[in-house]
Amino acid sequence: MEALLAGIIASLTGCGVYLVLRAYTFPVVLGLTLLSYAVNLFLFATGRLTVGQPAVISASASGYADPLPQALVLTAIVIAFGMTAFVIMLALKARAELGTDHVDGHREDERGQGA
Amino acid sequence: MSLPLVVLIPLLGAPLVAWVSRFGRLHATWMAGVLGVLALGALIPLKPAVFHAETVVQQIPWMPALGLNLAFRLDGLGMLFAILILVIGLLVILYARYYLGEMDCTGRFYAYLLLFMGSMLGIVLAENILLLLMFWEMTSLSSFLLISYWQHRSDARNGARMALSITGLGGLAMLGGFLLLGEMAGSYELSDILRQGDAIRAHPLYTPMLVLVLLGAFTKSAQFPFHFWLPQAMAAPTPVSAYLHSATLVKAGVFLLARLFPVLSGTDQWSHLVMGVGLATLVIGAYFALFKHDLKGLLAYSTISHLGLITLLFGIGTPLAAVAGVFHIINHATFKASLFMAAGIIDHECGTRDMRLINGLARYMPYTATLAIVAALSMAGVPLFNGFLSKEMFFHEALNFSKYTAWDWVLTVSAALAGVLAVAYSLRFIHDVFFNGEPVNLPRTPHEPARWMRVPVEVLVAICLLVGIAPAYTVAPFLYVAVEGTLQTNPPSYSLAIWHGFNPAVVMSAVALAGGALVYFGRRPLFARAARWHGLLDAAAVYKWLLQRALALAGALTRLLDTGSLQRLLAVLIVAALAAGAAGIIPPHLPITGPVPIGVPDLASVLVAVALVLVAFAAALIHQRRLTSLVVLGALGLLVSLVYVKFSAPDLALTQLSVEVVTIVLLLLAMYFLPRRTPVETDPGRRLRHFLIALGAGGGAGILSWAVMTRPHASISKYFLDNSVAEAGGANVVNVILVDFRGFDTLGEITVLALAGLGIFALLKDLRLPAHREDIAGRPFDWDLHPPIMATLVRLLLPLALLVAVFIFLRGHNLPGGGFIAGLVTAVALVTQYLANGVDWTHARMPRNLHPAIGLGLLVALVTGATSMLLGYPFLTSAFTHVHWPFADFELASAIAFDLGVYLVVVGATLLILVHLGLMHGASHLPDAVRPGAASQPVPGADRAPVSASMPKAAAQPASPASTNPILEPTD
Repeated sequence: MEALLAGIIASLTGCGVYLVLRAYTFPVVLGLTLLSYAVNLFLFATGRLTVGQPAVISASASGYADPLPQALVLTAIVIAFGMTAFVIMLALKARAELGTDHVDGHREDERGQGA
Repeated sequence: MSLPLVVLIPLLGAPLVAWVSRFGRLHATWMAGVLGVLALGALIPLKPAVFHAETVVQQIPWMPALGLNLAFRLDGLGMLFAILILVIGLLVILYARYYLGEMDCTGRFYAYLLLFMGSMLGIVLAENILLLLMFWEMTSLSSFLLISYWQHRSDARNGARMALSITGLGGLAMLGGFLLLGEMAGSYELSDILRQGDAIRAHPLYTPMLVLVLLGAFTKSAQFPFHFWLPQAMAAPTPVSAYLHSATLVKAGVFLLARLFPVLSGTDQWSHLVMGVGLATLVIGAYFALFKHDLKGLLAYSTISHLGLITLLFGIGTPLAAVAGVFHIINHATFKASLFMAAGIIDHECGTRDMRLINGLARYMPYTATLAIVAALSMAGVPLFNGFLSKEMFFHEALNFSKYTAWDWVLTVSAALAGVLAVAYSLRFIHDVFFNGEPVNLPRTPHEPARWMRVPVEVLVAICLLVGIAPAYTVAPFLYVAVEGTLQTNPPSYSLAIWHGFNPAVVMSAVALAGGALVYFGRRPLFARAARWHGLLDAAAVYKWLLQRALALAGALTRLLDTGSLQRLLAVLIVAALAAGAAGIIPPHLPITGPVPIGVPDLASVLVAVALVLVAFAAALIHQRRLTSLVVLGALGLLVSLVYVKFSAPDLALTQLSVEVVTIVLLLLAMYFLPRRTPVETDPGRRLRHFLIALGAGGGAGILSWAVMTRPHASISKYFLDNSVAEAGGANVVNVILVDFRGFDTLGEITVLALAGLGIFALLKDLRLPAHREDIAGRPFDWDLHPPIMATLVRLLLPLALLVAVFIFLRGHNLPGGGFIAGLVTAVALVTQYLANGVDWTHARMPRNLHPAIGLGLLVALVTGATSMLLGYPFLTSAFTHVHWPFADFELASAIAFDLGVYLVVVGATLLILVHLGLMHGASHLPDAVRPGAASQPVPGADRAPVSASMPKAAAQPASPASTNPILEPTD
């Protein structure tokens, strides 16, 4: 089980890092989203993996998952949305100001696009 | 508890003085003077205890958990310094009143001066060495402000910067030394450290600690080779020089030597380092002092030389040498302060400080001349003046020490040479300035200064004389307790008499006086030679060279890493993080796999994991086709939420699911303004490098998570699980943590979300971008924006979706759900209306302006927290346990109110972001608003091929050029 999640985190991180290293804003935003998935899963995994024991108090429960990382990750997911939104707006603003969506503002690289 | 007040009065009074100065220059002077007297008044009541050989320790708790308190101690040494600092400080305040010109801002001056005074008092009265260090750095900063007081002058700015960088570097070294010292002694309190001298001297880390601490002391006290900042600091106003370079700033270093004398002295390392540096400084300072033409330059180098003398005395290390050192600290402070003030008067009256121009002033200002001559004779070490007494003791100690060691002739000869040079430069000061013919082309005709400008000089010169003539009746008791404080035992027997009979020390004094006179009157060939040697031994040039090299290196390094490309910079950053992380994996290391047994996966989990990995790779591989990669991203988010479902985190799964929807809508809306495809990057080498970096990052993250998950787990969550129902009245522990146990964190997080929303609102304001007119295959978008079937269906769905949101919200405290999830569900439900029915239709039916929702949400959350404070409990204490409201269901009363705040912020911020991005679509088409009648009623027909089938709603909406126009004005 642990190996599966480690593999998932590894591939999300790897793909995310590759995407944020790209030269255009849209893949960078995609990469950030992937990275935030990976980070959230890693944070979640620090509470260890528990199957079938949600942290809802009841008389019949045999045990509980660690609720603290879950609470942390819950807000992290929402904040990650805020961040993604902010970054994509920055990308739009940069395109409006620079006339290109290249992260370094290289205009000559811009070609083959619809608008 | 008056001891902390001695330090705090000047520190806290500094801003007060700055404020008072707006009512007039005199007000600031009086205020500063009153504060100085008050601090002195706080010190006086403690005097009897010190004279009974007690050490007074008083403290105010500051960070008791760290063992850090505002602890102050007062013993003889501290008291001597405190009195010097306060008395000379008061004299400087009076003097500066007449020195500063009409254009100088007195409030700023006195505020800096008091700040400095308080920091200096903090150094000499601190009980904790970390506190001492803090005040030490504060003196560096406040002296920077004082030296650069005339900010318009570049020499003042440069001098201040040099002083700050040298003393700041020394302070950094001292921090290291103090940390070592504190760890060796097991305590950072001076009372403990001073008792453990033997253990510390025997410690294997003694030598590095000593070197670091001495670096701090030497830089501060301008010891060779760090002496060069002091002459540069002469660009300060003269009252500042008189204060900083006589009794205070530069004395901090020798104070430290005296303070730690019982702990650090008595080893070979100590005597070699301290004596060697002191000796070099003594001779070099005296040599340069003789050849300076600038009056203050002469005094500056003389100060360096005298500081070297004091350092040398502490380096000798015998108790008697320490007596001489402490005594010379007092004497030097008095005569040097008066000499600086006299130099300031001369500068003030003549308009220059060049001794080649200033001659024969005795005729123009006989009274000031007399005062200055007395002080200069004291500096030369002439009998009947206080400088003589300590210098005689110094000669005595130098000769005594020479009897036993290999240093013998070096020490004796150097001491005699320094004595000769000191007499020579003192004579030069007297003869060149006050006699030696007539002034040469002075900018103005000199005359006696204002009456009260002379008073501080008179007081100091009187002290020089009184101490010099009758030491036993004046300085003796202070010196005795100061030496007691320095040595931390009873002082050795010593005599303060002027005449001890004929002995070698007297011979040395006589040699110095005669030799000095000879050197001065035969000075012309010496001056010519000195001019030729000019530039040798120029430490300031070395400093400048080093500084330039350091800056050049920093520049080269920056240019190497930062070529102006963010893409490259990010790669550098990730590689650096990888390198730091790899340090934990490179052998020898802990085993990667921990001892905890791992769970056996079931088939469904394997399938989901494989799907997730494949989809992640797909997203990276096809990222050039942006729309498709977005679809893949959506699938990825859904798979991630399945992971949360599997591992007992229903709240996370719900949150991830709803966030995924809004994220995809957001990215789709944004994509409308971006190119549809990402151009292929032409450099295959770079792609390969990035692939390798990504491989490393992924592998590292995988290994790290594996290592974490296979290790034992101790969580603080047991407390939350045990107390969730009992204290917060909620069974869903995740939600209880969010709204109760860690409610303050949540408040911070919704504030961040609100700010992100507002920031985006600001970014989108007036943003205009060209938008697509046709799809990727070149077909124009469908005009049928809001197909009636979809619009009707979505309208029907709205109440159902809202009901679900209410349900999730209400049950959140006890079952999976809560404000975050309910807020996201509501946002999705409302955004769907915008997409299916158009902005204007939706705006006609609900408020347009979402800012109040965000504000109200934050307010509700804050008020909920503050209510518990009003009732006398900590912020955000759950009302379930503490507030007994008259109606029954009070466990909901507080926690759910806070959750309501969260809900409102999430709905407000999410909608704000999405709706304003949507509005931009219309705004970008303003010039093309050609189709009449399209404003409120979507026109069906125009049988175009449908847009890309995967996202009909989002892709269709932006193509409405005119339909959004009418609602633009109120929102822009």
